[in-house]
Parts: sequence; structure tokens; C-alpha cells
Amino acid sequence: MRKIKKLEMRGISKSFQGNPANRDINLTVNSGEILGLLGENGAGKTTLMNILYGLYQPDSGQILINDEEVRLTSPLDSIHHGIGMVHQHFMLVQNHSVLENIALGYEKTPFFFPKIRIRDKVVEFARRFNFAMDPTMKIWQLSAGEQQRVEIIKALLNGADLLILDEPTSVLTPQEIEDLFHILKDMKAQGHMVIIITHKLDEIMDICDRVTVIQKGTVVGSADTATMDKRSLARMMIGREVLFNAEREQLPKGDTVLKVDGITVKGDKGTPVVKNMSFEVYENEIFGVAGVAGNGQRELGEAITGIRAIETGRVEVKGVDTTNMSPRRIYDAGLSHIPEERIRFGIAPGLFLYDNSILKQHHLKKFSKKLFLEYSQIRDHAKSLVESYRVSTHSIDVQTKNLSGGNIQKLILGREISEKPPLLVASHPTYGLDVGATEYLREELLTRRREGGAILLFSEDLEEVMKLCDRIAVMFEGEFVGVLDSGDPRLADIGLMMAGSLRL
Amino acid sequence: MIAGTPLLLGTVGEVICERSGILNLGVEGVMSVGAVVAFIVTYTTGNPWLGLLAAIAAGMLISMLHAFASVTLQANQVVSGLALTMIGLGLSGMLGKPYVGKPLAVKMNDVAIPYLSDIPVVGPIFFNQTPFFYMAILLAFAAWFFLERTSLGIKVRSTGENPRATETQGVNVTLVRYMSVMIGGGFSAMAGAHLSTSYSKSWIEGMTAGRGWIVIALTIFALWNPGRAIWGAFLFGGIFVLQYLLQPLGISPNFLAMLPYLATLVILLAVSLKDSKKLNAPAMLGEPYKRGER
Repeated sequence: MRKIKKLEMRGISKSFQGNPANRDINLTVNSGEILGLLGENGAGKTTLMNILYGLYQPDSGQILINDEEVRLTSPLDSIHHGIGMVHQHFMLVQNHSVLENIALGYEKTPFFFPKIRIRDKVVEFARRFNFAMDPTMKIWQLSAGEQQRVEIIKALLNGADLLILDEPTSVLTPQEIEDLFHILKDMKAQGHMVIIITHKLDEIMDICDRVTVIQKGTVVGSADTATMDKRSLARMMIGREVLFNAEREQLPKGDTVLKVDGITVKGDKGTPVVKNMSFEVYENEIFGVAGVAGNGQRELGEAITGIRAIETGRVEVKGVDTTNMSPRRIYDAGLSHIPEERIRFGIAPGLFLYDNSILKQHHLKKFSKKLFLEYSQIRDHAKSLVESYRVSTHSIDVQTKNLSGGNIQKLILGREISEKPPLLVASHPTYGLDVGATEYLREELLTRRREGGAILLFSEDLEEVMKLCDRIAVMFEGEFVGVLDSGDPRLADIGLMMAGSLRL
Repeated sequence: MIAGTPLLLGTVGEVICERSGILNLGVEGVMSVGAVVAFIVTYTTGNPWLGLLAAIAAGMLISMLHAFASVTLQANQVVSGLALTMIGLGLSGMLGKPYVGKPLAVKMNDVAIPYLSDIPVVGPIFFNQTPFFYMAILLAFAAWFFLERTSLGIKVRSTGENPRATETQGVNVTLVRYMSVMIGGGFSAMAGAHLSTSYSKSWIEGMTAGRGWIVIALTIFALWNPGRAIWGAFLFGGIFVLQYLLQPLGISPNFLAMLPYLATLVILLAVSLKDSKKLNAPAMLGEPYKRGER
């Protein structure tokens, strides 16, 4: 017996501190249907779903379940109505076990000895959906895919008929994505309804029955996926044609900019994760490092940019030995850095936009006079960055955390490349960005290359690596298993190389 | 043993409070209020149990201040906690003024447990004690059971670890935190009641003598585990008494007064050097949680 046969949201509006996030949104889902909610970053998809899950209250509008109006004032209300949500950032207590996390949200958890008494039920439930896991494991010991399954079980145990998944694939490996889609299809067959928030067109085409496209807080279109193709979807999403092929002209190889010579770097656990690695990056070149996450890419990037200690070997930027120098000195030597996890490492979220526009550059002559900062110069600089890198914000006097991911990334990009550094290290620059922002960032990287810059690009997005890079290195267990030119036919086997089963 | 009892009571309360993510530095103040209220009520009614109940109620009530500031207003918990200490100390000094130096006619009598107290050496130490001693031990075990083996305990711990996740599971984070702060306050007040109605049987201003601060150190020392708090409390209690015993031998009392804090530092260092994952501090300790914030 399904509690929800039909769910409808009518005329939903919501704004945060005067910024409208949702405007007059209408949306319908029926039982046994998978609905894709497509839109750029900051389009208001997550806000809308948080309203449905009772986390936010809409300023106006109605929610109807089976044609009856309901009021969802807390997640508990939504759970009672059969709505479950898997958030993009998992809502799990990392230090607790799987059982404890499930017990927390499960309505029928007994008061005494909850862990022992729900254990059988959880195990049985997991088996029904082909999940194998030890429920006494702590969450932090699980992979992202496993954590997601815990979230799904949590929702289903509470009898969720409508499951909302917010960017479910952004942290999964291709295999895990396949597993997830399998589970979703099973659920659909059993009459559940699913809403998937995503900005990946392929996923919409793969799994959704219908798609609703949101742009800047309003619904701009709704369609059966069977009648759509990727290109028309993309046009719907960003309101214009997308260049799926960024043009990369041939350029002659210039001088060596970055020289890495036999470096070994230790990971967080104290074991070497980058092993005796050597390579060079030249002017007019984008050098891509591809590979499955966790094979030492992060540590390599951190070592080159001076965040992590280099055990042996040396790194040179433009002929200057920068091995184990401070990041600031390395910056002065000509290396700019777009870090991964932009909010943690790229900006100071609580500071204003203009403060963030000069991080690492505050000591430069043009921004400071002796002990004091030259705020008029800084503000001018911030304004010009906002303008030339198309950061969409209504003012430079806002806390940077209020910007969307894509705009934060554009600001970081502008800050890092406006000085035209000889070398740019970009770690996952387009991760989690929508099509429009991604396209823009890639264009800017190519422009930098044309101007004679050298770029070291870390990316898990193969499509990106193939499109942008002149040379592609595949990293596996701390070593390059192959370095290929962009035209090399052996690139077809890059998947095997990433899995470590092919070495050139 | 007696010296450890108030420390244990206070620590168990603080552990529950901190596991929910609220740092309460007001223990010293609440303890003091508990001591004075217990004394006044016992003095006027002649019933120490009534005094204890009144103290617990008073402790919970005054802790509400901290809960209101740190949960509802999302103020800085360190500041709010320190303010609570000062309010508590001041208030108890004021209330207790007329009672300073008056002896208590009745007091919490020691209870000898039949048979067990007859065991030589061990008997008198463990089984012929103030009721507070037994309560403290029982409550410590109860608190452990509550946190680790009940669903409400999971809610409390999850609130301290990840309030946002906890709220999405339909748990009222505000309520859990209020409850935990109040339980903590009740425990601290009990510790105070022990001091004034059983340990010293009189009231003087400042009689808590820094025990509230030791409790906060002890909470860390016990790595937020009520079970570990038991032996920690009696160890610290022993050190506390040692101050007076070793003074005639020429060892500076100031040095000994420092020992509990030093021990806490050593433990913290030792544990985090070995394996920082084991440290177990509630991840969101001291962090206000704002609902509906992006």
C-alpha cells in the first residue's frame, strides 16, 4: 500500500534575505515515475526539495499529496507523509555506526537496546535491495557509495514512497552509479516515486521518465525524456546553445615551466602515496593528470603547491627550486593554484568578496602600503574581477559564502589567473559546476594556454581531460602508468590504465 | 572517595551536556547555586532530601539561562558559560549571606550497606558512605546506559556530532539540547548539594573551590565517557585531597592544585598522539546550530 500516489507542488515561492530562490514553481510526480529536476548550480533545485522535505517553509504556494493539501513544517511531517530525502552531503553521523544512524531516524526504534533490536530488520532490508554491509561499521569507514545506501535504507525503512535524491552521482564511481540506477529501477518497479536532482544530462536521459528544468528559480520547461535529446535539454537548462566542443588549436611547445624530479610524498596515513615521480610541463601546454580518486593526485598537487611536505626529490618552477618552500613563496615564484574543495581551501567564506579577491596577493605592492591594505585599490580590483570573469553577484560587499559554487569558482579563477602566472595548478576546477560555468572555465583555461601559460590540470572528468589537455598522464597508486599525447590512439584504453590493468 | 563524589556527579552531567554539543562552562556557578539552595532548604525544613530536590530544580532552572543563550540565541557558548559561572557564584553568595557559618542540625547520613560494609579495609571505603556516593556511581552507570543503549541516547549523541543530519531525521535538535543542558545542570547542582549538606555541612561563599573547573577538565579526561568518568573522578578527588595531606611535607599546594589540569593535558596529548580518531570529542561541540541556514 503506497501512501503517495500523486504529489503536486503548486506556485511555490521562497526567498532568502530578499534573494528569490524559487518563484512560482509547479511540479507533479506520479507513482512509479522517476522525475529529473535539472538546472544549473544555484537554480534553486535543492531549495525546492528542502521545502518538500520540510526543512524550509515556502513563502507561498501549496503542496498536495493525493490531491489533498498538506503542511510540511518539519522533516518529521514529511517522513510521516512518506517522503524521504538523500541529501547531496550525506546526513550521516560520521563517528557513529550504520545501526546508530539508522536507529536515529527510524520511527519504530525501541527505547532500550535500539541497536541490537533493529539489527535483524536492517540486515534483512539491506538484503532485499542487494546491499551487503556490516551494520556495526562506522560511517567514516564506508565508501561514498555505501554511505549513500545507508541513506537510502534509512529513508525506505521509514516507509518512504517518494525518495528525493540530491545530486546522487556526484561522489560515486561509475560502477556505483550503475548499482544506484539499478536500485532506483527496482524501486520504480515496486511503485515508488523518485525525484533526482542533477545537472548531468546523461543521467536524465538514462534513468528519468520525465524532466522538469529549473532556471534561476523558475520552471522553464517540463517534458518526457523520450521526446528530448541532450542538446535540446542543455538549451532548455541554460537558455542557449552549449559548445560541447571547446576548440583547442595546435600551439608549439614552449620552454619548461614546471620541472618535477623524482619526488616522493607521504599521504595522511604516513605511507608514500606519490612515488618517485618525474615530469615536466611546458609553456602553451595543458598537462592533465587523470585517474580514479585516491591514487595520489591530491597529494601530488599539494606537494607542488607547497601545502604538503616533499620527502625526496625536487620541484622547479621557472628554474627556481621551490621544493618545500612556503605556498606564498611558491606563488611569488610564479605558481597559481585553484585548489580542490573551493569552499574549504579557495576562499574565506565569511569574508567579503573583495577580501577574497586578493587572498595570497595582499602583500603585493598594489594592494598594500606598509602595514595597511589599500582598500580602494582592492575594491577596484574586485570589481574588475567580477566584471571580467562574469561573477554574478549584486555587490562586492557580500560574504563570499553566499555565492553559488560556480560563481565562487569564477572568482577564484579570476584571482588566480588575472596576474597571468607562468604556471597554474588547477585541481578539479569544474567539479560540481553546471554546464554553463564549466564551459566558461574551460574556455578561460584554454585562453591562458594560448597566452603562453602552463597548466597542470587534475581532473576525474575524462571528457574534460580529453578536450583540454595536450598531454594526459594517468595516475595509479602514486605513479604515472602512462603519459600520452592528446592524439594518441592508445587513449581508448585509458579506462584500463586508470584501473591499473594496463601500463605503458 | 568523598572528595571524588561531587566531581563524578558534575562530570556525568557535563558529559551528557557536551555529548549534545553544548559546552557548559557554568558548572562552577551551578554547583554553587546547588550548594546554597540545598543548604537553605535543609536548614529551614530539616530535611536534606528536600534540600537535594530543591537544589536539582534550582540547578536545572539556572541552566536554562545557558540553554536559552546558546541554543535559542546561538550565542558564543564560552561566553555564556562563563557568565553562568559568575551569575551562579554571585547569586549563591547573595542568597547564602545570612547562612554563612551556621551549622546544619541535620545532614545526609552515611549509609552502611549491610554485610558488604563489614568487609575489612574495602568495606568502610566503599560500602559505608554518603548516599551521594552511591547515587553518583549509579547515575554514572545509568548515564552510560542512557547514552549508549537507548534511542534517546543516540539522539543526544547524534545532536552533538551532526545536528543538521539529526534534524533531517525528524529529531527536535533544540529540545534535545535544552534537555541535555538541564540534565547537566541538575547533576552539577547535586554535586553542590553534596558539598553543603554532606561533605562539609555548612555554607560558605566560594565553597565549590574550583571543583566546577576540575569537572570540565575531567570531562575531557574521561574522553566524554561516563564510565571512564568514575575512576577519573576518584583519581582527581584523591589529588584534590592530597593538596591538604602533602602540604605539611613542604610540597607547594599550588603545584598540587595544578595536577588535575596537568593530568588532563597529558591524557589529551597521549590520546591524540596515539590516534586522534579515538579522542571522541563530539564533532560539533560548542557550535551553535542554525535551522534553515544555507
